[in-house]
Amino acid sequence: MFSILSPDGDVKSEADIPALGLDQQLHLYRLMCLNRMVDDQMIRLQRQGRLAFYVGSRGEEAAIIGSAFALEQRDWVVPCYRELGAALVKGFPLVDLVCQLFGNSRDLTKGRQMPNHYASRDLRVTSISSPVGSQIPHAIGLAMGARLADQDEVVLVYFGDGATSQGDFHVATNFAGVFKTPTILFCRNNQWAISVPVESQTASRNLAVKATAYGIEGIRVDGNDIFAVYDVTSKAVAKARRGEGPTLIEAVTYRRGGHSTSDDPNSYRDDAEVEPWVERDPILRFRLYLTRQGHWDDDKEQALEDEIRAHIRSTLEEASRSGPPSLDTIFDDVYDEMPWHLREQMESVCMPEEFQTVEQGS
Amino acid sequence: MPIRNIIQAVNDGLRTEMRRDPSVVVLGEDVGRFGGVFRATKGLQGEFGDHRVFDTPLAESGIVGTAIGMAMYGFRPVPEVQFADFIYPAFDQIVNELAKMRYRSGGQFTCPLVIRTPYGGGIRGGHYHSQSPEAYFVHTPGLKVVVPATPYDAKGLLISAIRDDNPVIFMEPKRVYRAARGEVPDGGYTVELGRANVVREGLDVTVVAYGAMLHNCLTAAEQSEEEEGISCEVVDLRSLMPFDVETVLSSVQKTGRLVIVHEAPRTCGFGAELAATVGEKGLLHLQAPVTRITGFDTPFPYAREEDYLPGIERIRNGLREIVEF
Repeated sequence: MFSILSPDGDVKSEADIPALGLDQQLHLYRLMCLNRMVDDQMIRLQRQGRLAFYVGSRGEEAAIIGSAFALEQRDWVVPCYRELGAALVKGFPLVDLVCQLFGNSRDLTKGRQMPNHYASRDLRVTSISSPVGSQIPHAIGLAMGARLADQDEVVLVYFGDGATSQGDFHVATNFAGVFKTPTILFCRNNQWAISVPVESQTASRNLAVKATAYGIEGIRVDGNDIFAVYDVTSKAVAKARRGEGPTLIEAVTYRRGGHSTSDDPNSYRDDAEVEPWVERDPILRFRLYLTRQGHWDDDKEQALEDEIRAHIRSTLEEASRSGPPSLDTIFDDVYDEMPWHLREQMESVCMPEEFQTVEQGS
Repeated sequence: MPIRNIIQAVNDGLRTEMRRDPSVVVLGEDVGRFGGVFRATKGLQGEFGDHRVFDTPLAESGIVGTAIGMAMYGFRPVPEVQFADFIYPAFDQIVNELAKMRYRSGGQFTCPLVIRTPYGGGIRGGHYHSQSPEAYFVHTPGLKVVVPATPYDAKGLLISAIRDDNPVIFMEPKRVYRAARGEVPDGGYTVELGRANVVREGLDVTVVAYGAMLHNCLTAAEQSEEEEGISCEVVDLRSLMPFDVETVLSSVQKTGRLVIVHEAPRTCGFGAELAATVGEKGLLHLQAPVTRITGFDTPFPYAREEDYLPGIERIRNGLREIVEF
C-alpha cells in the first residue's frame, strides 16, 4: 500500500512528496479542517432536531479532499454521498451546501432531495442518488461523452467498499476497460458498509485487485495520507488525460463515525477497533507534517479554528434566512414542460395567484 | 412517396436525425457492425462511424447507465434494448436515475435520451421475447412513453422523441415490424408526442389501442361494422405518457362507449388508468361500463400466445357486448 507520510507526520520517502506549493498545502489543510468542523456542526444540528439527517466523513477527509484536489476545474466529480470535501475542493460555496442540507428555497436542487445530495452543473459535480453504485455507469458515460466531444476532461467517481458488490460497479468497470475511458474509479474503502465489514463484502484479498479482472490498473493507497492520495490520483488523472485509460484506486481508510446520523455503530463494533484509526487521523498527520516543516503552530491552528467557526456561523445564519420552497415547485422539473395531468394535480393543491392576492387583501 | 415498413422507418428516422444533429449517438448490443438483430440500425455505423454507432458489452444496465452519463454531458443517445423483456436489468437506472435526473438536480442535469426497445407478442418468442412492460414506465414520473403502430408514425414519433428534452421509452411493435407498411416521406418530419390519432371514424363505440393491437382493432372494427352494423371509431393513442385525454374524451362524448385494448396484463395496465380518467372526466357521456380487452394476468404463455393476445374474435365479442349493454 502506497504512502508518503507516516502517522506521526514523518516523511517516509522525500522523493515522493508531491510538488505542491505551501499555499496549496495550507489550502488543503484548511479544507480538511473545514470539512470536519462542518460535519461536527451539522451532526450537532441534527441532534438538536434542526436537520433531518446528515452523512459525515470523519477520518476520510484526506481520501476525499486529496483525490478531488488532483482534478482541474473542467473535470467532473461524480459523488457517492460522503464527499462534501470534494464539493468544497470544486469550489462549492458552503452556503449552497447548507441550503441543500436545509432543503430551502435557495437550494440549487430546490429541496427535492434529503441532506447530502447536492449537485452543481456549473461546478461539474453531478446529482447524487442514494442507491449504492448506481452513479458509476454515469461516470463512464460522462467520460465517453467528453472523449466524443474531443475534450480532455477526466471524470472521477466516488464509491465505498460496499459498492464493489453491486452489479453497477462491475458493469461500469467493465465498460471503462472496454472503452478505455478517462475515468478514475475512486473507492473509499472505509471498512464498513453500515454494519457489514469489508471482510464480509468480498472474498477478494483487497478491492484494488478487482481491477485486474477488467484489464485496468488497480492501486491501493493509504487513504489517510493526503500526499499519497493526491499523488496517486494525480498520476491516474494524467494517465486518463493522455488517453491511456481508467484506474481503480482503493483508498484504505476508516469510517470513524456512524454511516449517518441514523446509525449507531456502537451496536455492531467495539471502540477498541476504532482507537488505532484515531491515531492515524488524516488531519492530525498532515498537521504534524506541517509543524515539523515549520509551517504550522498552535497559534495558527487556533486562528484557523476561529476563522472556520465564524465562517460556519455566518453561513448558517445566511442559510436560515430562506424558507422552504413554495408548494407549486414540487411540480416543476418532472418534465421540461408541465403536461396536462401534472397541471391538474398542481391546480388541485395550489390556489391560482389572483385568488391568493384577494384572500390576503380581504 | 416511398413505401417503408416499421423497421425501415425507424432506420430512416435514426439516419435522418443523425445527419441533422451530431449529438445523436446510437449504442447497444449488436447495433453496430451487425445493425441490430431486427436490422433497425443497419448501415448506420458505416455512415456515421463507430464513435457514433457502437456495440457495447452485454449489459443493459451499462447501456442505459452510460447513455445517462453521455446525455448528462450533452449528447442525445439512442440506446437500443434488444427486447423489452431484457429491460429489467436496467430498471433501476431507468426509474431511479434517468427519470429523476432533471427533478432531483433541480433542473441542472437533464437526460434527453430515447431508449428504443421492441415489445409485444405474436412472434413465437415466449415469456422472454413477448412482454409489454409499458405500464411500469408510464407509472414512473419523469419518463415519456411512446408506442407507434405505423411506419409513418414510427419515424415521425422517433424524430420527435430524439428532439425532446425528456427521456423517452420508445416501444416498437415487433410483431408488425415488417407487416405494417405504408408511405413514409424521406427527410425530417415530426409527429407530436402526446397526441392521439383518430384512424377510423365511427358512431357507436370508441376503441382505443396502441402498437400492434391497433391493427387487430382495425380489422375487428371493419368486420363488426360490415357484419353486425356496429360503427366503430378507432383511436391510436401513440403516446401513453403524456396521453391525449382530449381526443379520447371527445370521441367518447360522440359514441358513449369505450373499449380499451392492450396486450399487457390487465391489472394496473394502461387500460386501468384510461378507464379511471374517462370515469372522472366523462362519466355522463358513458352509456355502458368501460371495457378492457387485454392480455391475462399471467406470465406470457408460449404455446397459447394467440389465445393470450387480444385477437379479432375477442375484440369483436367485446364490441358486441358493449353495444348490447
